[in-house]
Amino acid sequence: MARSPGREIVPPVQKLRMRYAKRGRLRFASHRDLARSFERALRRVGIPMAFSAGFNPHPKISYANAVPTGTASEAEYLEIGVLAELDPDAVRHALNAVLPDGMTIEDVVVARSNDLIARLEAGEWVIELPGVEPQVAAEAVEQFLAQAEIEVERKTKGGLRRFDARGAVVSLTECSQAASDQPCAILSLVVRHGTPSVRPDDILAALKAVADLAPPFPPRITRLAQGPLDEDARTVQDPFLPDRGESTVGS
Amino acid sequence: MTITEFSDAPVFDQLERLLPFVQKPVQYVGGEVNARMTDWTSCDVRWALMYPDAYEVGLPNQGLQILYEVLNEQEGTLAERTYAVWPDLEALMRANSVPQFTVESHRPVGAFDVLGVSFATELGYTNMLTALDLAGIPLHAVDRNESHPIVVAGGHAAFNPETIADFIDVAVAGDGETVVLAISDAIREWKGQGSPGGREGLLLRLAAVEHVYVPAFYSVEYLPDGRIRRVVPTNPDAPWRVTKATLTDLDAWPYPKTPLVPLAETVHERASVEIFRGCTRGCRFCQAGMITRPVRERSLTGVGEMVMQSVASTGFEEVGLLSLSSADHSEIKEIAKGLADRYEESNTSLSLPSTRVDAFNIDLANELSRNGRRSGLTFAPEGGSERIRAVINKMVTEEDLVRTVTTAYAAGWRQVKLYFMCGLPTETDDDVLQIARLAREVIRVGREVTGTRDIRCTVSIGGFVPKPHTPFQWAAQLGHEETDARLALLRDEIRGDRQFGKAIGLRYHDGKPGIVEGILSRGDRRVGRVIEEAWRDGARFDGWSEHFSFDRWMSAAERGLAGTGVDVAWYTTRERQHDEVLPWDHIDSGLDKEWLWADWQDALAEVEVEDCRWTPCFDCGVCDQLDTSIDIGPTGVTMLPLTPVDRSHLHSSDLPGSDLPGSDLQGQAQ
Repeated sequence: MARSPGREIVPPVQKLRMRYAKRGRLRFASHRDLARSFERALRRVGIPMAFSAGFNPHPKISYANAVPTGTASEAEYLEIGVLAELDPDAVRHALNAVLPDGMTIEDVVVARSNDLIARLEAGEWVIELPGVEPQVAAEAVEQFLAQAEIEVERKTKGGLRRFDARGAVVSLTECSQAASDQPCAILSLVVRHGTPSVRPDDILAALKAVADLAPPFPPRITRLAQGPLDEDARTVQDPFLPDRGESTVGS
Repeated sequence: MTITEFSDAPVFDQLERLLPFVQKPVQYVGGEVNARMTDWTSCDVRWALMYPDAYEVGLPNQGLQILYEVLNEQEGTLAERTYAVWPDLEALMRANSVPQFTVESHRPVGAFDVLGVSFATELGYTNMLTALDLAGIPLHAVDRNESHPIVVAGGHAAFNPETIADFIDVAVAGDGETVVLAISDAIREWKGQGSPGGREGLLLRLAAVEHVYVPAFYSVEYLPDGRIRRVVPTNPDAPWRVTKATLTDLDAWPYPKTPLVPLAETVHERASVEIFRGCTRGCRFCQAGMITRPVRERSLTGVGEMVMQSVASTGFEEVGLLSLSSADHSEIKEIAKGLADRYEESNTSLSLPSTRVDAFNIDLANELSRNGRRSGLTFAPEGGSERIRAVINKMVTEEDLVRTVTTAYAAGWRQVKLYFMCGLPTETDDDVLQIARLAREVIRVGREVTGTRDIRCTVSIGGFVPKPHTPFQWAAQLGHEETDARLALLRDEIRGDRQFGKAIGLRYHDGKPGIVEGILSRGDRRVGRVIEEAWRDGARFDGWSEHFSFDRWMSAAERGLAGTGVDVAWYTTRERQHDEVLPWDHIDSGLDKEWLWADWQDALAEVEVEDCRWTPCFDCGVCDQLDTSIDIGPTGVTMLPLTPVDRSHLHSSDLPGSDLPGSDLQGQAQ
């Protein structure tokens, strides 16, 4: 498995951080599927990647908190190490020209601060529930918020795990606008990241537990944002602010 | 299941609701880089191309990708793809009346003019039936009307289309590139004239197209003992024999130009470039080699351009140089060196998937892995003893083999895989036990040469299935119990070896699937009922051990063949005689049946035959009968250098004269 002798490991001269979206049909792709697509796009564009050392060098890419298969996202994050100083906007345009439909780089910044992942304190989600009357969902949300703790179960690699799905929730509201002939409740959720991380399907499990909310069709879940939590406003901020030389609130 | 008349409306919305409940949903959504979305309304001939296995196996298939591009390049013609859905989605589709769909526009397969199915193996037959049924297309060709697509079978298994004659409208033998265009023309003309004569009118026109076989226009007569008396055309427009198609001038057909890049993980995560088609090594078991004659090479320049375009358009890390025996290209050395030089500093690796046992291959492999992994090499001696290798015409001496493998170890390769077959004609227990001795010898000499015990050899062995259009088409297949017993002997021999056993891995499959493959390969029209019975009993994905059931097939065969006087053994373990009419005799692969018979007799006499590329013609018949000829180099040209790619636009504007090299595909900075 040894690479040819003489290949030097060159450290990256620049790190680029990216926010990307996973939309439409691509939400059925797994994180590994997207990672492969992204790496092939880097190769097609010819981004001068830095490589890891070792027998089987890999391009330097780190991914943060990927959404599960089946879930869409407007706010996935990754970081790459490159061997030249590149223009973030040019990189974004070049990659978007070759990425598969549904995967779009939304924002690229040069890393100028420490750990990005640590700043992804909370996530904002929207959960569409086709076939569920908004009023029914609103009542379920009310019962949910009235509890201090709601135990749910989830299958993990280590087996079935029980944990609280309520404590991490910063806000949960029913926010559908106009009524239509096809009922569809829409939940807006802000949840603090932790271990185990509470995900929208855990919230749905909790809503079923406290209010017997059982959507007739599969929900459509989208992550809207990740970043530092503004406790007062109960919102999630742009985690790239320090890279842009601006400060964040509350972190 | 009834699905309302063939609407062409996309069914993605209905499908989408099912996807959260199935395994690996991404395989059903399409959206691959380089997928073609040809406008539906601007086309009058629409093909759905199917590979009858799971997406992860079907997507990388070269044949399908070639036809997909060839068809989509034609004005007024479109092609989309469809694959076998796994049983979890099949159940949900049935429950929710979602039809078989294509992965581009997600339109129902029933809305297309043609459903073209590519059979690399007979084990895909039941998956075709599932797709037909889910599409709402009657299983039996005779029950279809003008609203249904024409079902076309192609691929190597279509050289004996008789077992699926009930289910297909048309079979195409040989290279598909030009034949799909001729079929499109015939359909376009027929539609343009207002579909004269209905479905039968179209089938008659197709029967007149060269290389196209329409089973409905042939009747099969049987002898009292169950053998075939003769196969007769029932319509004056149907030829007595249908000849295979042979593409010439591969450089004029550089397909696929932009290979598909799947989102889902597939079995081959690489781009493939076919460096030649055909093989005249003359291995007697090898159907692919026999039915793709003569050898036609792609030029050095053509290969170089295709590799460059494949890498640039896909971003794959690996390019495979495909053919039946890639080291046999007349300019393989120059190709390997040219590509290795070109991709020297990149992370693009090259591979030769099919190599023969020859020290020259080690040089090639070393060249191609200059900047890549040096993990494992594979060789296929196929037979364990020199005697059996003479029978199968695999001309490798034990000395060659040991030298080749130890050269590989000496060059730094640590793992060598050796492919063998069990159940070859005239084979004895001893022929198979010789495999263990060979593997021990390889390890013994390997340890001596390298001075290390850190070398391994994996023996991979499968049951031999005699195939149509080969010298072994008359041979008796070894029964599954005998196969298993022989494999057990080999296993015990290797495991019992204290000195070398631990360095030798053994991978084998039991003999049962081979018997089912055997009846599907050499069967006739009576086997159609067996396939249908097995499918109705739930047979799906027969190439997957977790889905395959031998008992289901045997019980289906008992019912399906009841009253015919023939049975599974008759089709598989029975040796055929010289004068027997074989079910596929009216499909003309170009091989002279008398030459095949003589080669079969030579096999029994352990007489070897050389490769006609380097020796005078042996009159196999292909070149004369099909008016084709061997097309090989050397051409003397050299590989073109790469055109530098300008990437200055990526650079920060505040860094004038940045030093990012532009001439390297990888963009690897110096």
